[in-house]
Amino acid sequence: MRAVENALNITIPDNARIIRNLITGIQYVQDHVIHFYHLHALDWVDIVSALKADPARTSQLAQSISDWHNSSTAYFKSVKDRLKAFVESGQIGPFSNAYWGHKAYKLPPEANLMAVAHYLEALDWQRDVIKIHATLGAKNPHLQTYLVGGMAVPIDPNSQNALNADSIAFISGLAKKALEFVQKVYIPDLLAVASFYKDWAAYGAGVGNYLAYGVFEQDTRSNTENLYFPRGIILNKDLSKVHPVDHKKITEYVTHSWYEYPDGDDKARHPWDGVTNYKYTGPKPPYKFLDTDKKYSWLKAPRYEDRPMEVGPLARMLVAYASGHKRVQEVVQYVLKKLNVGPAVLFSTLGRTAARGIETLVTAEMLPVWLDELAANMKKGDYRIHNNERWDPSTWPREAQGYGFHEAPRGALGHWVKIKDGKIDNYQIVVPSTWNGSPRDAKGQRGPYEAALIGTPVEDPEQPVEILRTVHSFDPCMACAVHVVDADGNEVTRIKIV
Amino acid sequence: MGNASGTGAPGRGSIYESLLKRGLSRRDFLSFCSVMAATLALPASLTPRIAEALEKKEKPVLVWLEFQDCAGNTESLLRATKPTVGSLVLDVLDVEYHETIMAAAGHQAEKSLYDVVKNKKGKYIAVVEGSIPVKDGGVYCCIGGRSAIDIVKEVCSNAMVTIAAGTCAAYGGLPAAAPNPTGAIGVKDAVPGITVVNLPACPMNVENLTATVVHFLTFGTLPPLDNLGRPLFAYGKRIHDNCERRAHFDAGQFVRQWGDEGHRQGWCLYEMGCKGPETFQNCPRIRWNEGVNWPVGAGHGCVGCAEPAFWDKMTPFYKRLPKVPGFGVEKTADKVGAGLAAVTGAAIVAHGIGRVLSGGRKEKEEE
Ligand code: SF4
Repeated sequence: MRAVENALNITIPDNARIIRNLITGIQYVQDHVIHFYHLHALDWVDIVSALKADPARTSQLAQSISDWHNSSTAYFKSVKDRLKAFVESGQIGPFSNAYWGHKAYKLPPEANLMAVAHYLEALDWQRDVIKIHATLGAKNPHLQTYLVGGMAVPIDPNSQNALNADSIAFISGLAKKALEFVQKVYIPDLLAVASFYKDWAAYGAGVGNYLAYGVFEQDTRSNTENLYFPRGIILNKDLSKVHPVDHKKITEYVTHSWYEYPDGDDKARHPWDGVTNYKYTGPKPPYKFLDTDKKYSWLKAPRYEDRPMEVGPLARMLVAYASGHKRVQEVVQYVLKKLNVGPAVLFSTLGRTAARGIETLVTAEMLPVWLDELAANMKKGDYRIHNNERWDPSTWPREAQGYGFHEAPRGALGHWVKIKDGKIDNYQIVVPSTWNGSPRDAKGQRGPYEAALIGTPVEDPEQPVEILRTVHSFDPCMACAVHVVDADGNEVTRIKIV
Repeated sequence: MGNASGTGAPGRGSIYESLLKRGLSRRDFLSFCSVMAATLALPASLTPRIAEALEKKEKPVLVWLEFQDCAGNTESLLRATKPTVGSLVLDVLDVEYHETIMAAAGHQAEKSLYDVVKNKKGKYIAVVEGSIPVKDGGVYCCIGGRSAIDIVKEVCSNAMVTIAAGTCAAYGGLPAAAPNPTGAIGVKDAVPGITVVNLPACPMNVENLTATVVHFLTFGTLPPLDNLGRPLFAYGKRIHDNCERRAHFDAGQFVRQWGDEGHRQGWCLYEMGCKGPETFQNCPRIRWNEGVNWPVGAGHGCVGCAEPAFWDKMTPFYKRLPKVPGFGVEKTADKVGAGLAAVTGAAIVAHGIGRVLSGGRKEKEEE
C-alpha cells in the first residue's frame, strides 16, 4: 500500500496518517504483551513450580513491585487452586510435554505463580484492547479498511455510521486500559523475571548490526523521515553513531535459499529487480537434517551493504536511544537502573526481551496523543480520510515504481513495486523474519538467529529450552519461519553437542 | 446449586466441573449455554440439552495443525469470547498440540501430537489451519522434515472429525491463488473420504468454531452442513441477505467515493466493490471482536473472503460485481471507483438475483 502510494506519488490525508498510527500503535502494545506472556514467558516461567507457591508470599511479592489491583492473597490462592485442578485433571493441553522442572528455570515458586496469574489476565486483556482495531479497521485479525490513498473508515461527528465522539471515547477507554496493564503488570513482571536471569545478558547477541526503518509518521509525506521512532542503522554495536538508511543498499541473496537467479545465485539483487524463481534442491521428505553448506532455507538472505542486520524492537529502541529520543532514553535508563546493569546488556537475549517491553510502554503512552490529534482534526471540520485523485487506474502513468517502509511489531518490513500498464509488474516483500532468520549469504555470513545461537549453553540437549529463549526473543514469525528455524536450530544444537 | 436444567451434578472431568473450578456460577454456565444455542441458531428450549451435555462430557482432545498459513486463525482463536479463549483452552477443550501456543517445542512437541494420534485414535478433533501443498512431493511445506501432506493424512484420517479453520484450509485460499505455484489444496481434497467441517473466511470467525464444537459435544453429531461442508448456521445465508445497509441498497443509495456523504451516512458499498451479494457467511449477525464491528459496518465492502477461490474470483476487490446481460446501464459502469452512473435499486436487486441463478461469477480478471 505504501509502496503503491510512493510509486503513484499519492499523499494521504492527515486523518488517515493518524488512524494508521493508532492501529499500528495498539498492534505493538497488544502483540508485544501476547509475545511476552503467551509465546515467550514459558521459556522462563515454570508453571508446575507455581504449584508450590505460597499465595500470601506471592501477594507480598506482587504488591512490592506494583499497585495493580489483582494482588491479594485470596486472588493468588484462587489462581493456584485453578492451576492445581487443571494439572490434576491430567489434561494439561498446551502445557504438556514441556520442560517443567528443567534446571534452567530460576524463578522462585511465588514469581512463577504471579506470572501464571498474569498469563491468564493478559489473555482477557488482549482480547479487549484490540477492539480498537475493530473500531478503526473493521475486525481483528486481518483488518480491512486500508486503502491505497488513505483509509475506508469515514469520519463524521454527526453520523452514527462514522467515527464520531462516541468512537473516540470508546478508543480512549481501551487505550487507557492498555497503558495501565503495561505500566502495572507487564513492565514490573519483565523487571522481576529479568532480575533472575541476568546471565542472559551474556548470550544471544547476534550480528551486532541493527536496522530500523522507523515508524509512526508525524507528517503525510510518502516514506517521511519525520517519525516518532526514528529511522537508522547501528553498526557493530556502536551507539555513538546512527547511520542513515538508503533503500537502494538493500539486496537479497539466494546462495543458500531454494531459489535461483538468472545471472547466478552468488550475486545479490535489489528488490525492484528481485526474482522469485523457486527451485527446491533439498532432501526428499521425510528427512532428519538439512545440509547447511548447500541450500537449506525458503528464506532469502537480505543484506544491507552486504551486512546481515537484526530488525525488531531492539533495533528500533537502539536507534531511538542513539538518536537522542528523550522518552526512550528515560525508559531505557530506568530499566537498566532497576536491573543494576549497564547499556552493554542490551546486545543480548535479555536486552531483546527488555527492549520489547520498553517499546510497548513508550508506544502505549502515545495512543492518547494520537487520539487527541484525530479529535482536534474532527473539531476543525476535517473529515478527509482518502485521497481519491489516483483511485482510477486510468490516471496512472504507464510505468511507475515505488517502495514503502513499515515497522511490523517484529521488525522492519519493506515492499517494492513496479507498475506497468495499470498492473503489477514486479512485487517484492522483504519481511522482518527474513532479516532475522536469514540463511547464510554468498560470503557465508550468518543471519541474526544463527549468529545469536553460537555460544548458547545447553544443559540438556534433549530439552534445549535455552535455544528457545534466544530464538523466541526475536519473536519469529511462527507462520513463515519457525519450521526452518526448527530445522536450523536442531542443526546448531547438534554441532554444539558433537 | 439450582437444578433447573440438566442434572446439576458435574461429571468428573467434565467441562462444567472445569468451569465451576474456575469460579463460574451455575448461572454463568447456563448463560454460556444459551449464548451457544443462539449462535447455533437453535431454539432456546435446547439450552438445557447443551447444559446437560457439557455437564457430562470429558474435555475433548484437540490438535491444531498449521501448514501454509499466516496464523490468522490462531490469532482469531485468541479473540474467542463465547467462551473466552482462556476458558476454551483450559476448560472446554484439551488442546494437546498447537505450534504457536504450546509451551513445548521441537521433538517434545511432535511427541505430543503423535501420542494423541496413537492413544486417542478416532476420538480427537483435528483442526487444520493453512493449505497443503502437494506439488513436487510436498516439499513446499515440511515440519520436522515431514511434508504437510504426509502429516495431514496421518493426523486427520485418525481423527474423529476434522475442522478446516479458515479459507486456506478449506479451499486452498491465498496460496492456491493462480498460478498456485506449490499446488496448494484444502483438507477435503488432501484427505478424501474423511469428515471435514469447513469454516472458511480470512480468518475464520472463532465464534463459529466454538459453536461447531459445542454442537458436536451436545448432540454427538456435526451441525448440518451444505454441499461445501459448511455449517448452515454460519453459512446458510449471504452477507447481503442480513446486511444492515440493505435498505440503502434497495433504495439505490450508494457510496460513490471514500469519505463522501453517502460513506459517512452508512450507505450501501455495492458500487465500491462489495462482494456481500455473493458471499455466504454470518458476519452481519455475529460481527467481530465481541460484536464491535465488521467490514461493511466499518465502511469497507465485503471482499468475499469466505468463498472458494476468493483471491481469484473476487478480485479486483474494488470493482463492483460484474455486469449481467440485459442491464445496459451496467455495461458502461466498468471503471473502478469514481464517476459511476446512477443505477436504480430495482435493477440491482434483479442483478443480485441474476447472479445467484447464474451460479457465481464466470469471468476472471487480473489485478
Ligand atoms: S452490497 Fe454490500 S453493503 Fe450493500 S447491502 Fe449488499 S452486503 Fe450490504
